[in-house]
Parts: sequence; structure tokens; C-alpha cells
Amino acid sequence: MITLLATWTFGVTLALVALGVFVSYRLFAFPDITTDGSFTLGAVTTTVLLVAGHDPAIATLGGAAAGAAAGACTGLLHAILGIEPLLSGILVTTALSSVNLVVLGRSNVPLAGTATLLDRAEAILLPATTAAGFGDAAAEAARLIVMLAAVGVAVLFLWAFFRTNLGTAMRAGGDTATMARALGRNTGLLTVAGLAIANALTALSGALVAQVQGFADVQMGIGMVVWGMASVFLGAALVGPVRLGGALVATVAGSITFRLLVASALRAGLHPDWLKAATALVVLAALVAPRLLTRRPQASAAR
Amino acid sequence: MLDVRHATVAFSAPGGPLVRAVDDVSFTIPAGTFVVVIGTNGSGKSTLLGAIAGTVRLDAGSIHVAGHDLTRWRENRRAQFVGRVFQDPRAGTAASLSVLENIAVAACRGRRVGLGWATPRRLRAEAAERLAAIQPGLEKRLDQPIGSMSGGQRQIVSLVMATWHRPELLLLDEHTAALDPASADRVVQATAKLVRDQKLTALMVTHSLEQAARLGDRLLLVHRGKIAVDVEGGAKRRLSPEDLTGRFDRLRRADQLDDPAARTLRDLYA
Repeated sequence: MITLLATWTFGVTLALVALGVFVSYRLFAFPDITTDGSFTLGAVTTTVLLVAGHDPAIATLGGAAAGAAAGACTGLLHAILGIEPLLSGILVTTALSSVNLVVLGRSNVPLAGTATLLDRAEAILLPATTAAGFGDAAAEAARLIVMLAAVGVAVLFLWAFFRTNLGTAMRAGGDTATMARALGRNTGLLTVAGLAIANALTALSGALVAQVQGFADVQMGIGMVVWGMASVFLGAALVGPVRLGGALVATVAGSITFRLLVASALRAGLHPDWLKAATALVVLAALVAPRLLTRRPQASAAR
Repeated sequence: MLDVRHATVAFSAPGGPLVRAVDDVSFTIPAGTFVVVIGTNGSGKSTLLGAIAGTVRLDAGSIHVAGHDLTRWRENRRAQFVGRVFQDPRAGTAASLSVLENIAVAACRGRRVGLGWATPRRLRAEAAERLAAIQPGLEKRLDQPIGSMSGGQRQIVSLVMATWHRPELLLLDEHTAALDPASADRVVQATAKLVRDQKLTALMVTHSLEQAARLGDRLLLVHRGKIAVDVEGGAKRRLSPEDLTGRFDRLRRADQLDDPAARTLRDLYA
């Protein structure tokens, strides 16, 4: 029961990464490698702020803000200096691996004995989950509720934001830059803002994961962008073509499903060392499958 | 009003000679005039249109719209005064957004965008009304992704978007060239109606001599980076597609006589 709940909690927390990748990759068609670095950045920033004795809420928001800054850097490299999306992300992530190490001071810092956002939430929710009959798993259930609430707020925020004038202009610019420019929009700035939002979500996920697992590690972000893409693809495959709200919910569902798949694979005997390779294979399959299944003529495939 | 003064755009291929795609071109379009621009391939008409829209930088000269000097303005800033419809419907509309969301972006053309709701009921009602007036049936498809519509329908929506707020200048860049004849005809009719109803100042580049003869108050024929023919009023109304074909033929013959080889031959036999 506890392991199952923990699997869910992890999947739900990482859904924030998937939502971030949804914003950068689906809305802006920007394959954003910064994700790997900003996930860690969110975790180390929050951990350092917590260890220094700051309020958990402030520490968590600080982590998200650091991620937003990292995303903005990648966006500026692309929008102002004209560097390719992939290369912009690689440059920022490479720089971030130094930044993360310097911020954290060493490669791994535990949060033992420090009050986290999770501890605070548990204190509030524990009576309720105990009363609901979760028994030994009451604490884990409380964590899951907190994470579900965080992801729910994120989905609502994104849904509402991307339906405002600014958000709609951002989606238009990400879809067809010529159209957005002809209507007066500075598409470079819109991309910077989009990547800031995407990486704020990713860093928020990192900040929460550090608090769930009780430590921050400079290696913890490796492979996150592929994880996010796997979740986005899986979510899209689960529901098919839908509008903005549906796509956001599908992305969360994709993340949880993927986490459950991974847990099942591990239980079935997959060696943890092979986990990232398996993730990459899932993304590859998701990229190739639609082409193999539909067999469109070349002309229409090259939009 | 559009005022183009001594506009020059020069390109040079690596190692090749400097080519003036637009060569010291000047013209003024008074407010409320519909001008049709034709020209041979490589004549410089697209470059001229790009220079007015802000996608091509002028090497010399200036561009004023409604009294504002736009010469140094970036493309997106010019959108304050200029509405555009592209040749490719996919360039002028965002496929994954609904028809109404595309219109919502156009309703903010040249203005600041804030955190107001993009598609309030008021906008929906007005969009339905305007689309129905120009092509009945489109108003029922406001919530469809615009990518699911035909090229002709997308161009109609593009026209409505470009003219949602009356632009000081409407630029139409061969906006029917990618369409089948029937759709092209509907788009041309919609264009003529919008230009007439809103008394727009418009510049339409076209490949169709039939459209060039039939539409507009004035015709510019661009050739080798210069305006070779400029007719308006009664002379423009009397133009037929055959006249224009004749003009093109004469320009092409003149080109051949300008050829260095032709000149050498002339010198020999003179």
C-alpha cells in the first residue's frame, strides 16, 4: 500500500515536469533540454533555502523562480542571438550543472531535521487520512493529496492563462510565428516567456521531489526532458486529439501512467540501471508509431 | 495613405554582381485607393511588398503610412497600421487554434496584450456576425481548429482577421495564388467587398492578369525593380487582361534587346 501510494506520489509530482514539457514542446515546438538542468536547479535552490531556515513555501517558490530564470536564459539565447533551440538548451543546461554544484556546495545534501512543505501539509492532513482508514499509509496518503492539489492548481493555472489574450498570443506565436508577427506580436519575447513558465513548472517539480525524498542531488535531473516527453506522448496517445484543457489533463494522466508502467517494469525484474534506456525507447516508440500506423504520403507528412 | 520614397533594396549573390531588386521606387497611394501590383517573376514586386511589411530592410529610401515614418520599424510594430494576408493560408493563421482564437489574436493587432479573457461572449457574437456577412456558414465553425478548414476558408478568415480593426494599409500578397479557381473567386469577392465597405487603402500583389484587370482603382506593373507602368482612373477601368499580356510581351522583348549579346549584334549591323 505504501509503495503503491509512493509510486503515485512520484508520478503526480513529476507530472509538473510533463506539464512544463507540454508548454515548451507542444505549444512552442521547442525541444527544451534546459528541463534537465532546471529540475535540479529547483531542487538545490529549495534545499539550500530550507537548510538556511527559510519558510518552506518561500523556499519552494524560490526554486520555481530560479527555474523560470533558467528557462528565460535559454529563450534569450534563441530569440536574441538566434541560436538553435536544442543548442540553446544544451548550453544553459551545461552551465547549470556548474551552478547547481556551486549552489548546493557538494553533490548531495539531505533535508533531515528540516521542516519541509510536506511536513507542514502532513501535520494538517494526517488526522483526516488516518480517519479515512489509511492506517500505516496515512502519511503517504497525505503527501499524495498535497501533490494532487499542486498539480491540480498548475493545470487550472495553465488552462486559464493560455486562454487569456497574452496566453492565446503565446500559443499563436508558438504555432505560426509569421501570423503572430503580422498581428503585432514580438514572437521572440513570447518564446522567452513560454520557456520561463515551462521551466518554472519543471523546477517546482524538482523542489517538491527534493522534499518528498528528503534530499537534493546534483544528478537528479538527468533524463527529465525525456521523461516529460514520454508523459506528453503517452497522454496524447491515451486521449487522442483534444483541446487545451483536455491535453493538459491527458499530460498529467500520461505522467502517472508512465510512472506506473515503470514501477511494474521494475517489479517484473527490470534492472534499475536500464530505466533511462527504457524511457528513451518509449519516447522513440511514441515518435515512430504514428508514422508506421498511418503511412501518410510524403507530401502531407512534411507540413 | 502609403508613401514610398526612393525605396531601394539591393542583393548580391556571393561573388556575383549587386542586383537592385527594388531600384529607387517612389509612389504615393492616397487613402481609400485599391492598388493592384503585377510583375514578372523576379521583378521585385514581392521584395517591394516585403519592404512595406517590414520583412525586408530598405538600403535607401523611406516608407510612410498614414503620416508615420515606418522605415526603421520592426515588422511586428508595423502591425499597428498594417494588416496583411499571406499567399499561404498556413502562414497567416495558427492551425492548432480555433477560428475564434485566431480572431481573438487579430482583435489585439498592434495593441498591448493583457490578461483579459481572449474569447469573451461579445467577441464570439461579433465574429459570428462578421463571418456570416462574408461567407454564410463559417459562423457555425468558430470552435473548430482552423487547421481543419480548407485553404479558401482560411483565407476568408485571414481577411476578416486583417481587417478586424480597420488597418491604415491592407497588404495582400498573392493571397489567392494557392487556391483552386472557385475558392480564389470567393476570396476575391470577399476582398472587394471588405475594401469597398471599409474604404480601405489596399495594395494587392497578384499573378492573375484577369484579377489585375478587373480589380482596383490603379495598377502598377513592376519590372526589373522599377515601376514600368502606372495607370489609374478611366485608363485602368478600360484595361483588359489581353492589354496586360501585350505589355508584358513588349517588356520582355525590350529586355532581350538590352542583352549584351543583342547589343553586340546591333552594333555589328548598324
